Amino acid sequence: MAERAMTLAEQILSHAAGHPVQAGDLVIVEIDRCMSHDSLTPEVIDALQGTLNTERVYDPSRVAVMIDHVAPAASVATADAQVRVRRWVREQGIPHFYDVGAGVCHQVMIEERLVAPGQIAFGTDSHATAYGAVGAFGTGVGSRDMALTLASGRNWLRVPETVRVQVNGRFRPGVSPKDLSLYLCGLLGLDGADYQAVEFHGLDWLDLDGRETICSMTTELGAKAGMVPPTGPAVADLDVPEWLGVQPGATYAREIVVDLDSLEPQVSVPYSVDNVVPVTDVGEVPVDLVFVGTCTNGRLGDLRAAAEILRGKHIAPHVRLLVIPASHRILTAATADGTLSTLLDAGATVGTPGCGPCIGRHMGVIGAGEVCLSTANRNFRGRMGSPDGRVYLASPETAAASALAGRIVPATTR
Amino acid sequence: MATVWVFGDDVDTDQIVPGRYAPYMKSESELGKFPFIEARPEFAREVQPGDVIVAGRNFGCGSSREYAPRALFIAGVGAIVAPSFARIFFRNALNLGLPLVQADLRGRVVDRQPVDLDLARPGLRVNGEWLALPAQPEWLRLAWAEGGIIQYYARHGRLPVEATS
Ligand code: SF4
Repeated sequence: MAERAMTLAEQILSHAAGHPVQAGDLVIVEIDRCMSHDSLTPEVIDALQGTLNTERVYDPSRVAVMIDHVAPAASVATADAQVRVRRWVREQGIPHFYDVGAGVCHQVMIEERLVAPGQIAFGTDSHATAYGAVGAFGTGVGSRDMALTLASGRNWLRVPETVRVQVNGRFRPGVSPKDLSLYLCGLLGLDGADYQAVEFHGLDWLDLDGRETICSMTTELGAKAGMVPPTGPAVADLDVPEWLGVQPGATYAREIVVDLDSLEPQVSVPYSVDNVVPVTDVGEVPVDLVFVGTCTNGRLGDLRAAAEILRGKHIAPHVRLLVIPASHRILTAATADGTLSTLLDAGATVGTPGCGPCIGRHMGVIGAGEVCLSTANRNFRGRMGSPDGRVYLASPETAAASALAGRIVPATTR
Repeated sequence: MATVWVFGDDVDTDQIVPGRYAPYMKSESELGKFPFIEARPEFAREVQPGDVIVAGRNFGCGSSREYAPRALFIAGVGAIVAPSFARIFFRNALNLGLPLVQADLRGRVVDRQPVDLDLARPGLRVNGEWLALPAQPEWLRLAWAEGGIIQYYARHGRLPVEATS
């Protein structure tokens, strides 16, 4: 289609627009996939019915609805809201519905193949950038934006500039994709890629779990989309359209090079995700709760990495270890391969697949003065409960090592 | 008279409305009482219709929760002026009809100063001084004028961008 070399975001949006577009253009495009979860779907329904007078969504087959943010319901109010969501899903004939226990929305989208390379996907959730793990343009929107998309099948987008991240080398033991993401957050800041896309090069060898972690975390740079080019063994069984792929000579807003061979375990210190230091520089930080889970790091590879470190040992006294697999499939697989019993033997408690306490609503929120080391993606004040609690963010490896030590330590110096 | 409220860089959506205060958890009718309920409780208590927020970079970063800008909108915030906004927050505000203006007024206004906002010209009068704001693209003004993109779409069956392209 194009004579000019394009970024992945430009390729996908050009394909959708039907003509070549470039960074800065405003386009109106069909949205291939829409994901909405329990937290915002009631507002989506309100906007559809109240403002847009829309009885039927444009194309139910493109829509997926998940109950994951407060799953199972924690109160009568959330239970009532979920009753309403289920009823609406049935009325609309939405085929892709995932109820309590299925898992975190983004994980389910990718695992169930609800989003594919080259597609544009909107989610009522900022971490929809995760879909870049399969080479899709995934982006988060609010409830009215989703309502508009469900009513019309389309929406507007500004074609983003792209930040190119060249990744060289391989992770050392005890270092993993989360450390790369946290390092980038520290380097670029919370708005380091505001309105932009982030493309990761040099990660052909990386598995799908790692790609999801990295793409979802681009949201913490303000990015509109994060993508790993869909090549390599991890995506070998996906259908990649022939028009989608890295085009040498594309214009990037900025280029960053990261050398994994020298990357150390990183930790984000409250109360901002970009407040990042190497774990060895964090000082003496005793932890009350260690939380392994979420759409960032609740996958099978993450649980296995934690289990490897915890095998045959027991978490420190006065530490709670909460493990919440990101999906039912992951929970099942972790049960089958013994990962779960290793974690339980080490003293972990296990929660229903879903968001858990990540957004501070239930299943392990923290109180005033408590410190949590979490594998999630945000540590803003009040995010996980009390505004006087403190949340540190790190990899599953660092989380496991810290649960053993009772304070924040890297897995590498065990 | 309206008041200006000054905030710093990277005001995140967990500060604006913590997840625990979402309509999903409480109720929509309480939402107007919640903006900055923990981060700056006097704002939640005292904000008046027409008040202006002047902030630093990347206002509204974090989650996609539309109830964050909606809480500010319901509380009557007349405009938010900042050098940059987080993208989802920007879209949500545009859908609601809450005016966001990209400009850096930090250092030109003092927290809790009386202010007169004129979005038509556009600019602010503070302490007798006129602070001009940049003119907005036509499609953006159309969206504000009709109460947000979604209202515009409900009325015209197309997006404001399509009206001006
Ligand atoms: S796990 Fe946390 S970040 Fe991920 S979708 Fe759920 S609440 Fe959002």
